[in-house]
Amino acid sequence: MNWNNDLFFQALPFISKGIWITLSLTIVCYVFALIFGFVWTFLKRIPNKAINWVVTWTMEFIRSTPPLVQLYFIFYAWPEVPYVGMTLSPFTSAVIGLGIHFSTYISEVYRSGIESVDKGQWEASTALNFTTKQKWTKIILPQAIRPTIPMLGNYLIILFKEVPLAATIGVVGILHLAGDFGSQHFRNIEAYTVVALLFLLMSYPSALLVNKLEKKMNMKFDKKATNGSKTLNDSEGAVS
Amino acid sequence: MVDTVTSEEQTANVNKGLDPIVKYENVHKSFGDVDVLKGINLDILPGEKVAVIGPSGSGKTTIIRMLMTLEEPTSGHIIVDGKNLWEMEKNGELVPANEKHLRQVRGDIGMVFQHFNLFPHMTILENCMTAPTHVKKMSKKEAKEQSIQMLEKVGLGDKLDNYPNQLSGGQKQRVAMARALVMRPKVMLFDEVTSALDPELVGEVLEVIRDIANEGEMAMVLVTHEMEFAIDVADRVLFLDEGVIAEEGPPSEVIQNPKNERLQTFLHRFLG
Ligand SMILES: Nc1ncnc2c1ncn2[C@@H]1O[C@H](COP(=O)(O)OP(=O)(O)O)[C@@H](O)[C@H]1O
Ligand SMILES: [Mg+2]
Repeated sequence: MNWNNDLFFQALPFISKGIWITLSLTIVCYVFALIFGFVWTFLKRIPNKAINWVVTWTMEFIRSTPPLVQLYFIFYAWPEVPYVGMTLSPFTSAVIGLGIHFSTYISEVYRSGIESVDKGQWEASTALNFTTKQKWTKIILPQAIRPTIPMLGNYLIILFKEVPLAATIGVVGILHLAGDFGSQHFRNIEAYTVVALLFLLMSYPSALLVNKLEKKMNMKFDKKATNGSKTLNDSEGAVS
Repeated sequence: MVDTVTSEEQTANVNKGLDPIVKYENVHKSFGDVDVLKGINLDILPGEKVAVIGPSGSGKTTIIRMLMTLEEPTSGHIIVDGKNLWEMEKNGELVPANEKHLRQVRGDIGMVFQHFNLFPHMTILENCMTAPTHVKKMSKKEAKEQSIQMLEKVGLGDKLDNYPNQLSGGQKQRVAMARALVMRPKVMLFDEVTSALDPELVGEVLEVIRDIANEGEMAMVLVTHEMEFAIDVADRVLFLDEGVIAEEGPPSEVIQNPKNERLQTFLHRFLG
């Protein structure tokens, strides 16, 4: 089978129409994951063994099931679930499926950010008698967010590359349109080349951007976070 | 419990003419199965300077962390200015204190840490201003004035806009003191504040503590291994050993004339 230039240039505008759907699905999923990730992190911090156990295993379950299976479940099986089941549009199903899947990773990012803040910061803010809310907003979060930004950027790119999964349940993004184009013309090579090209064009610059961001954040963070040593009681050994 | 406090306070009144600002009543603390503190009884008078010495792991840090509410006693009571720190009254019963109660009582206490714990995302000035502004609801202008005054007092008036990572250890620790002082606590806790410093920076920090101590007003509890300094500054020295206060008295007795054998051995390491 030969490469057909004409077909390639026909496919390009046809498939490009899907960019908008692909991008908006990415953004909506991402925002959903950012918010839901916060919910997981919050739930995991509740000092109750039972809740903690349930949350931990739910997250583990979600993370170790393929996102494709989750999409199929939400789109095809959910409507048949008694009482709570309902039919959802492909787009909504994709938002919920991919959003929840990614929220479990995002939650880990939040957790690592919070844990990167030295315990002494909590203690100093208690000693200064801050309220719990003030501790979070004035002291902990400003330090916890910075190191998570490059990781969150990476997840945005990974999510972007997972979004084509939504084509399997009928979201008309670029992958889906490429399928349509291919079956109309009985050839696929031009159409899927366009898809690959479009993804490359969109994700490579974003990867560069995230990389740059990461370097910048690391530099900033190193500069500011070298405050006091981290180990407790470390100088007491020297005395006795 | 509340009744006992009152009657004991009266006894203290008769004996010393002053109500203690802090009172430990048979305070125990264990971590898991390890009994770290086995019955601490201690009165600290307003303005009194108390040095706490003792071997590593004897529970010096734990004693003051319980007063700062960073660690909860296993049993016993800590009374701050007549108020029970770790318990509160609810429907006529004593129940464990909630965060609101702790906030009310701990406002009188301040602390300086071994590792400074400055806020790395704030300038020196912001480090000092943040608590007066947000906790004491002072106006920005007033908080700024008082913070600058305090930073000048610890000799850092020229570093206001620097970040903590731009300072030496000694300077960081002086900022930490200014930050705690600007909240005007009645009791200030110092947990080995010079142990994490390079030897040549210890002096400048002790100098500042001496100045603060000379102002008198504030009670101070100093966990320290600097014996000369303790002799200079402390009204009273506690030797903590095996979970109890094994010896206490003025520095001239405890440090310069120790009776307890283990204390003698301990001191040999510090005084030639
Ligand atoms: N959070 C904790 N969990 C478990 N053990 C602790 C904790 N804090 C202190 N300890 C133990 O309690 C003992 C006293 O500690 P500490 O008060 O730090 O002693 P010091 O300050 O006199 O060196 C030590 O044996 C220490 O290991
Ligand atoms: Mg200690």
